[in-house]
Amino acid sequence: MRQGTKFVNRLAQPIKSLAQRFAFMGLLMAAFGMMILGKVDVLLMDSIRAHVTDAVAPILDVLSRPIDSVSKAVDHLRELADLRDENQRLRENQARLLQWQAVARNLEAENRILKGLLNYVPGPEPSFITGRVIADTGGAFAHGLILNAGARDGVVRGQAAITGDGLIGRVAGVGDRSARILLITDLNSRIPVLVGSERTRAILAGNNSDHPRLIHLASGETVSAGDRIITSGHGGAFPPGLPAGLVASVNDGGISVQPFVRRDRLEVVRLLDFGLAGILALPKPSADPKSNSKAGDHKGARARKP
Amino acid sequence: MTSGPWQRMDLLARQLMPSMLTLVLVIINVVPLHIPGFSRVAPLLPLIAVYHWAAFRPRLLPAYAVFLIGLFQDILTGAPIGVNAFVFLAVYGAVLSQKRFFIGKSFFILWLGFSLIAAGASVISWVLVSAFHLTLVEPRTVFFQYLLTLGVFPAVAWLFLRWQRAFLRLD
Repeated sequence: MRQGTKFVNRLAQPIKSLAQRFAFMGLLMAAFGMMILGKVDVLLMDSIRAHVTDAVAPILDVLSRPIDSVSKAVDHLRELADLRDENQRLRENQARLLQWQAVARNLEAENRILKGLLNYVPGPEPSFITGRVIADTGGAFAHGLILNAGARDGVVRGQAAITGDGLIGRVAGVGDRSARILLITDLNSRIPVLVGSERTRAILAGNNSDHPRLIHLASGETVSAGDRIITSGHGGAFPPGLPAGLVASVNDGGISVQPFVRRDRLEVVRLLDFGLAGILALPKPSADPKSNSKAGDHKGARARKP
Repeated sequence: MTSGPWQRMDLLARQLMPSMLTLVLVIINVVPLHIPGFSRVAPLLPLIAVYHWAAFRPRLLPAYAVFLIGLFQDILTGAPIGVNAFVFLAVYGAVLSQKRFFIGKSFFILWLGFSLIAAGASVISWVLVSAFHLTLVEPRTVFFQYLLTLGVFPAVAWLFLRWQRAFLRLD
């Protein structure tokens, strides 16, 4: 009898380890299968991502708050340390900006007159949705952010994400209460832009480094270091005229760009609600006013640009 | 050993803890720290956890948990879904197959083992992501991320060891 159990044990052990090995291989294959599925069915993966991110968003929201406060405190101390230099710099800046203001006033007046002459129809005024950065994701293989504003605040896939400094990316995925931003430095980011005062057309392409590149320049066109890059609005994805960065260097390896926005500084991000989506979302004249007022009740603050 | 409901819950909690700790590390990994340039090369904390538990208590971190943690990492970080699941499982399998090597070895040897296995993990994930995007991904950031992960390994592993001694003595 004892020999019998021994025999069973001797037989069961390899079978068990074989089963474990089989399960392990199965999981490896499943992981690989997920990658291929992700390549084939992007939408499915995006919706999985959105749901999981939504579930974790409250935790991230809480975790990111104390760190935000600490980083603010550190900034505060740093600012105190070079208050004098800062003051000096600001004074010089102000003198310079006052000149620009005079120029801008003149141009504005001139612009108004010319628009009046041409019966110019202004584009739609964008409205903003503001969200806090609750996760800085990615590491070496992707550049993204997670915001604590989602579909219930009016966030829609494809909206441009900006800060006071300029463009940072676009909304790549939307959950109910969270949204995923694809930064302009990400490998998958391609944005139509205009370069310099010549308004040369190009595509701003991320490459997972800090410096995205300019590609697909029209033949014969040249750009030089220091040229300003703004979104062109071609393709209808982005509002035109958002500042994106400066041309950092031009050499054989390509045209490298210094974005205006520093990723580690991002705390609050504005999403531009603009263009087609905004027009389509407008209620028809016959729609009952109830649904209209409900739309204004969104939790996320939506402010019209003054 | 009597198994009242409390004891059973206690046991369950102890058994779930390694997986839960690893999940928490995945979340902590993406909290914005506002340090210039850091987020791109932030150390892969979950990788350290997978390595550690595979070496010390593989029964408390089964393969399917490693798979789920990897998927969670992919979903949260925006990497192609499946890449980290694959890499974490590969690390787990590699450590398990060399289990005899790890038993009773000094901390330095454990660190050395991690440096080799994490290097392999970095290369695999780089190859997988490059293949996924059909382009060569910047390898330098991967390398720096590897170095940083190696650098924080002693601190994280030490915390795990302390925790293990405090809570898992019965095991």
